[in-house]
Amino acid sequence: MITVFIIILGIIMILAAIIAVMSKNLLTAIISSGVISLLASIIYLILSAPDVAMTEAAIGSGLTTIVFLYALSRIKKINKEIDDD
Amino acid sequence: MIKRLLIIVVIILLIVIFLPFMKNVILKDSLNELSSGYVEKSVSDLKTANIVTAVVVTFRGLDTLGEVTVLFIATAGVGLLLKRKKGEKSKKSDKRPASEILQTGASFLFPLTILFGVYIFLHGHLTPGGGFQGGVIIASAFLLLLLSNINFQFNHTVLHWVESLSGAFYVLLGLLGLILLGSFLNPKFLPLGTLGTLFSAGAVPLIYSFIGLKVGSELSNILDSMRGAEE
Amino acid sequence: MRYTLILGFILFMIGLWAMLTRKNLFKIVIGFSIIDTGVHLIIVTIGYLSGKTAPILDKLVTPANAVQKVVDPIPSALVLTAIVIGLAVTALMLSYVVRLYKRRKSLSIEDYRELKW
Repeated sequence: MITVFIIILGIIMILAAIIAVMSKNLLTAIISSGVISLLASIIYLILSAPDVAMTEAAIGSGLTTIVFLYALSRIKKINKEIDDD
Repeated sequence: MIKRLLIIVVIILLIVIFLPFMKNVILKDSLNELSSGYVEKSVSDLKTANIVTAVVVTFRGLDTLGEVTVLFIATAGVGLLLKRKKGEKSKKSDKRPASEILQTGASFLFPLTILFGVYIFLHGHLTPGGGFQGGVIIASAFLLLLLSNINFQFNHTVLHWVESLSGAFYVLLGLLGLILLGSFLNPKFLPLGTLGTLFSAGAVPLIYSFIGLKVGSELSNILDSMRGAEE
Repeated sequence: MRYTLILGFILFMIGLWAMLTRKNLFKIVIGFSIIDTGVHLIIVTIGYLSGKTAPILDKLVTPANAVQKVVDPIPSALVLTAIVIGLAVTALMLSYVVRLYKRRKSLSIEDYRELKW
């Protein structure tokens, strides 16, 4: 039962990784890489490492995604300043 | 073309190297000597219910000190790369402020999230969690404020003092162990208490609390630097 | 739990492939974070012992039988700190991306050819 669960999670993670790498839209890519981390935290829980699962859930899917998004928004802001000049 | 071919060759070679390892890896079914030693020691010697915490704070404490240093250097690097020039004030943001509901909700949730983070790192030796997780939760509380209030400014003096004082106290506690008991980061100079209560495990909760404060302030600093000039 | 080992390996390979072939600087950083996740999965899997529980003492895991009942705590401890460092390093890489973009106004790695062979 738990094996089937892990296989399904793994397939979703690999699909998300492929989307993150291939997607033309950067926002989609960033969100997909957050999804990978979120699902990885479930797998850590199954592997009985709750400490790691907590860290991964808070950092991998929360803060890393936000840091990426902040960087993206800064890039867009620089673009806008060029357009204004 | 040659470059693409090279990349494919590199990846195939890596697969060839790692495939036997994947196939023949022996998944153990009992702890090895070192791990079982750690488990026994953390129960009998340290009275720490969460064995991962015992490994992070005491048995591998010097590594953790190194990792906190790496974190500090990376934070300093981010701040240095994205610093604002002196006197450079960016244009007034034309974004409209967040809605009333979002602001009220964020100011309601902020103290609760901070409290949860403090709980996580104070109970690091009893339940899953600890300084790193608690610090991250504190940083995400500040993230909530940053997202809901576009005019929010960190008080940098407080942030820097918290960060440097907690780092200094972490090293001081380690030195105290060295002076009193003869080994660096030895937490047994405080009474050990009974297994499973809040005041147990010697100085482990104290050390992990300082790590938590340091990680929380450093990650908040990273978030603030990445957000950049938004005022 | 051989499956998670294979999963970590596949994620590692996807991330490496992304780092080697993508042109966009953001995609390279994303590839790095995928590699990170894959390596952490592999390390945690190596510490897993089938049928055993988390290394935390409670009513079922008593001091007397702890050694027989818990998984290896060392990989957990290593990965725990590695994840936090991973975030800091990712933030450092992204701030370099922002700085490079400020200089050259381009996100493509092809436009930075000072070291091209």
